[in-house]
Amino acid sequence: MQDLGINLFFQGRNFVRILEGLWVTVSISLIAVIISIFLGIILGMVMNLKNPVTKAVTRIYLEFIRIMPQLVLLFLVYFGVTRTFHINLSGEVSAIIVFTMWGTAEMGDLVRGALSSIPKHQYESGKAIGLTGFQIYLYIIIPQTVRRLIPLAINLVTRMIKTTSLIVLIGVVEVVKVGQQIIEASRLTTPTASLWIYGFIFFLYFIVCYPISRLSAKLEKRWVSMGG
Amino acid sequence: MESTEKILEIKHLKKEFDNTPVLNDISLDIHKGEVVVVLGPSGCGKSTLLRCINGLEGIQEGEILLNGDLISNQKKSMHLVRQHIGMVFQSYDLFPHMTVLDNILLGPKKAQKRKKEEAAAEAEELLKRIGLYEKKKAYPRQLSGGQKQRVAIVRALCMHPKVMLFDEVTAALDPEMVREVLDVMLELAREGSTMVIVTHEMQFARAIADRIIFLDEGNIVEESGPEEFFTNPKTERAKQFLNIFDFDSVHHGSNK
Ligand SMILES: Nc1ncnc2c1ncn2[C@@H]1O[C@H](COP(=O)(O)OP(=O)(O)OP(=O)(O)O)[C@@H](O)[C@H]1O
Ligand SMILES: [Mg+2]
Repeated sequence: MQDLGINLFFQGRNFVRILEGLWVTVSISLIAVIISIFLGIILGMVMNLKNPVTKAVTRIYLEFIRIMPQLVLLFLVYFGVTRTFHINLSGEVSAIIVFTMWGTAEMGDLVRGALSSIPKHQYESGKAIGLTGFQIYLYIIIPQTVRRLIPLAINLVTRMIKTTSLIVLIGVVEVVKVGQQIIEASRLTTPTASLWIYGFIFFLYFIVCYPISRLSAKLEKRWVSMGG
Repeated sequence: MESTEKILEIKHLKKEFDNTPVLNDISLDIHKGEVVVVLGPSGCGKSTLLRCINGLEGIQEGEILLNGDLISNQKKSMHLVRQHIGMVFQSYDLFPHMTVLDNILLGPKKAQKRKKEEAAAEAEELLKRIGLYEKKKAYPRQLSGGQKQRVAIVRALCMHPKVMLFDEVTAALDPEMVREVLDVMLELAREGSTMVIVTHEMQFARAIADRIIFLDEGNIVEESGPEEFFTNPKTERAKQFLNIFDFDSVHHGSNK
């Protein structure tokens, strides 16, 4: 008799291994997201400068990152950089580098968009009541920018978490890879393994991303009703 | 109501945008308690004049003095100067992420470092006077255009400015809301506020002005009292300008 698919989770360390894989996914995403938000804010402010040189350079960077499929970037960093410069980068570090490059570019563009969507008369009204430039940013521009930014940034974060599944292909053992290993090992005993395992992984991604999306929707609603 | 104390002195002001002159040699004094209305065709430089006065634009020649102190092209201290010059713009320019009360209190609290309780008490008093006390906790998007503009006026007023500048504050409003905003301004004039007003509301200009400045192509073409300006303009250019606002009756022939 063939094994029931669900039993797979209770064989050996399977269940724990999947969760460990999930932790790899989540921690790589988390580190990349945190660095991206930080660098993205700086990039967005630079992109907003009137200087034509910084404008061109940041634009090229953004377009380059957008045109390149993330997989190509991963290979470029993991295989290309490692071979060419004889630096030994682990798959995890390569993944963090690539997702940070991508996240920074996208976040930078979001920050630029949010900043430039604040109308000029908001700055002028701030000036007209005698605020200094610093106070105008602190009390008027940044609060409005953040309100516009957060839903978009959260959307980017969930995209980044989902896209980390690509790092299987540079040999990082994350949640999808663990799933594949379990399916391989039980191919003969449990033909329904892939359905169960991938179904469970789907569920895990949902568990991670859904609360983030909900949070974003909630913030958006609250701020719209406040007029932010 | 007028006195001889000069609040604002504009001396030989010249303003250019990219080497195109917009204001040529403007000289103008504004006295305490005086209401000066600036009229003129579109593009003649009315907004630019107000923006030069509160330093949103630098000037190329001449100088502007507030209570005898030079304020033009003072980049570093301009934020201090602006605490004494209130300005209300055409666009509804309240801060959308703050309540009505917080909008009004931002300047007094952060720019003037006044005590919150004291400033809030004054703001609430001002809101009562314009009939918007109940809206103090509302956000700008919950207000009509006319209400927003009245709050914007109070926001400027709460800073105790020495002079208030109004740039076509009713131009973006629906007609039925114009009156409520103009009434607030008339009330201020009655109390002796010093004001410089740019408007296209001719009836209102005539009622509120102590003096009319007629601007054309960046020059002061005519300067006179309101009755004189509207009934007997001195220059051909002003006559033409005023004619735009007259309509000949279609059905009963001309009534002049
Ligand atoms: N930032 C700017 N850069 C270049 N030119 C400008 C700028 N602002 C205004 N101008 C020009 O200066 C002239 C005067 O403009 P201004 O806005 O002061 O006119 P206005 O009298 O207020 O007109 P309106 O009645 O239409 O508001 C116009 O020819 C305008 O095109
Ligand atoms: Mg104008």
